[in-house]
Amino acid sequence: MNTCCNEHARASAGLPAIEPGMPEPAGTGLSRRSLLLRSAGLGLAVYGAGKLAKLPVFESGVAHAQAGGPNTVLLNVFLDGGLDSLSVLAPVEDATYQRLRPKLALKDGRPFSEDSRLRWHPSVNALADLHAEGKVSVLPAVGYTGADQSHFTSRHFWEVGALDANLRTGWLGRVLDRVGAADNPLQGVSLDGQLAPSLATARNPVAAIDEPEDFGFWAPGAWGPAMDNAVPAFTNIGRSLLGASDPAIAQAAQAAAFAGTVRDALAPLGKDGKPLYAPAAAYPQSTDAFPKRLSGFAAMLAAGLPIRAASLRAPGTWDTHANQAETMPKNLQLTFDSLLAFQRDLEARGLADRVLTLVWSEFGRRAAENGSGTDHGAAGVGFLIGTRAAGRMIGEFPGVDKLDNQGNLRATSDFRGLYGALCGDWFGVDPAAVLPDARGIGKPVILK
Amino acid sequence: MHYVVGVSSYKGTFGEEQATRLLWRAGFGPKPGQAAELAKLGLRGAIHSLTRPASKRLVGPNPRVDGAPLAPRDAWGHDHLWWLDRMVRTEAPLVERMTLIWHDWFATSKAGVPQKLMLRQNALLRRHALGNFERLTLDITKDPAMLLWLNGTSNNVWDPNENYARELQELFCLGAGRGYTEKDVRQLARALTGFANDWTDSGPTRFRYERKRHDAKAKKIYGKRGKFTWQEGVKLVTRHGKHPEFFARKLWGYFIPSAPSAATVKALAKLYVKSDRDVRPVVEAILAHPDLYAAGRRMVKPPVVQCAGMLRATGRGIDTAAWAWLCEIAGQYLFMPPNVSGWDDSRWLDTATFRARWLMTQHVCDPARLDPEKGATAPMDAGELVKQAVAFWGDPSLSGPVRAGLERYAADTLATADKPWKQTAYPVLAVNTLRMLVATSPDYLTS
Repeated sequence: MNTCCNEHARASAGLPAIEPGMPEPAGTGLSRRSLLLRSAGLGLAVYGAGKLAKLPVFESGVAHAQAGGPNTVLLNVFLDGGLDSLSVLAPVEDATYQRLRPKLALKDGRPFSEDSRLRWHPSVNALADLHAEGKVSVLPAVGYTGADQSHFTSRHFWEVGALDANLRTGWLGRVLDRVGAADNPLQGVSLDGQLAPSLATARNPVAAIDEPEDFGFWAPGAWGPAMDNAVPAFTNIGRSLLGASDPAIAQAAQAAAFAGTVRDALAPLGKDGKPLYAPAAAYPQSTDAFPKRLSGFAAMLAAGLPIRAASLRAPGTWDTHANQAETMPKNLQLTFDSLLAFQRDLEARGLADRVLTLVWSEFGRRAAENGSGTDHGAAGVGFLIGTRAAGRMIGEFPGVDKLDNQGNLRATSDFRGLYGALCGDWFGVDPAAVLPDARGIGKPVILK
Repeated sequence: MHYVVGVSSYKGTFGEEQATRLLWRAGFGPKPGQAAELAKLGLRGAIHSLTRPASKRLVGPNPRVDGAPLAPRDAWGHDHLWWLDRMVRTEAPLVERMTLIWHDWFATSKAGVPQKLMLRQNALLRRHALGNFERLTLDITKDPAMLLWLNGTSNNVWDPNENYARELQELFCLGAGRGYTEKDVRQLARALTGFANDWTDSGPTRFRYERKRHDAKAKKIYGKRGKFTWQEGVKLVTRHGKHPEFFARKLWGYFIPSAPSAATVKALAKLYVKSDRDVRPVVEAILAHPDLYAAGRRMVKPPVVQCAGMLRATGRGIDTAAWAWLCEIAGQYLFMPPNVSGWDDSRWLDTATFRARWLMTQHVCDPARLDPEKGATAPMDAGELVKQAVAFWGDPSLSGPVRAGLERYAADTLATADKPWKQTAYPVLAVNTLRMLVATSPDYLTS
């Protein structure tokens, strides 16, 4: 790796909160070209010294992001398996609920200020805190008409943003095809090491990252030019086959063509697995990578990487057919404690107004329990978190007295309406161009 | 071997190139010289040698990690290494590949199942590798790992649990929403009640069927009424009119990336039913199909297939535990598919998993690295350096753009050798990097 990267990386190590007008970090000895992009009162610092200055993608990515609007970012957090909404916001005093859930019904919890029937699960106090601060819009029964109880079909609908089994691009991928650039793989990043289907684009590149502090390439027994030329070589080979007619070759070519760009952009964040950044908030300690990935993501945003959308799976499985009372609380706790820390991290770094976090699951679960768990249901719960989030409920809690004919919760908001509002109000993209079957579905107010 | 009515078979040249593709698709790639040998048998002989192997022996040195044998039932990752070793050393590669296909098809994960029960399931899948799908489905229904994974032992007459009944239809036998309703899911769950297990401090034990836990009352499934037992429930699904075509399409997808024509699906389904739901004849028909050998229809090698294949090509065995985490970051940790629908074969490669394959390759190349200070030499000739690097992997065929990229790398690197010592050293170093570039090229990442 070029030594200029190391200097550069040290300069941004332990990056403190970046506020507009803040002095440059002391003691770095580096003449930092700090590019403060201000829009809507937001500060975005770009460290352009050394290696990064040689990266056309990085510069043009930022330029594109600037031109595309206010540099907003959406973090898409997926709770895989179908979160039991009736355990997150529970109608604890409802006799029908208690009858349907003889073993699993919640008995108590903090009141939910927007609906006196509901109480928060004790393991999501972090979320209740953020809600009390006006930073969470709750969707208490989000779904779509004719809910499909297959994990894979329902999840696919949410990922592609349409009730279309054959659509192959993700809804965020189509947003990125419009607001993104042909040379910026960082505009859409999967943070858990494999490409998220929601981010699948038709044209523009996207990236997957496992650990931002570990993205080096090394060849055994090579050094000097023989090593330095390696990344440009696989980049060139990838580029020469971009858009190949064979889809397998095209996939391999795209990965090869942009892996080097990602390496260069991540260089300031760490080397050989050692992070050169420090979180600006305390994250939960866990063997699960979720909190660490969120902390790395906050550092990536703080380093000015040209990101517009990111995707991450929440820890654990939410497919609680059995032993729900044992597994669900700890997964809830870790997920929302981590998201609270992430929010605090963004706030401390002065980035909070640029980022919204969407938390979703493919469906909710059956109102009646099955013994020690719950089977697949229909409407579920979703959250939109951020300082810019309206903080007002979208749709209402339909109650457990008027279930559908399969004993499932009815939807009072449609995920495509939410996506439409995000397209228009957050990304500045025409929702009709992204969401093929959302015409006529009302768009909620999502921003303050 | 069957000549299948309505299923076309490949009529072109069956040379080393076609044999190589067959070995990657129906196994884990060739060992040195193996593709040439297979090509001599002709298409039918080659397929026959894979579907009816003369030997199922493992050849080569036993796996060892840190000087000790593997502990697949106990040590984390050793289960993965144990199976990877079979893939590397087997003389019956299609048997292992079919076992991998069934692992993906009936995807069960040690995320919810003890490792030793995963190994027991693995033996079951291998036993049925090229056997009968209905018997496999009956056996997997009562397999302890599956009973835990999809809550078969939580499904009882008092509290029916739909999990297995749903996936049996949606993922294993019929396809989402094809020929069944939500009512059928609930009714079939009732037929499948009756399994039980105990829990001890060391985990689940005593898997069994108990009559009193079974719902013996009448059920209505696919419009038929009866007091269906669990076996009858399973057979209602495997004899459902929509099952044979689902089976044919899904199996096809493991070997050929483009969709089969409607006529091909029909013919394969017919063959399957005619042979009483045997797997082997359908596999043989698919392996002989012209689409498998067509240009422009490459498949990304699954990570464990590439890993085993690189070890086979370079004559190396399992001598480090690294293959477990390397396959994991590449997206395929054995015994731990991402969910019950298995691995997503359409998205193996992105920037992160490309880097993981680079690391995997690095671990293959490391012990074989050439060192100019220890006497390794290579000429100042770009074409020759590329040739040497390709030979390291057993001379896989490369496309024009990849070869051009490799030669450009070699030429650029040699051009910096402006002193005599560099002219001695740099060609050798370049071969080391070229080996990496060959195995991570789009040509080698696919087959």
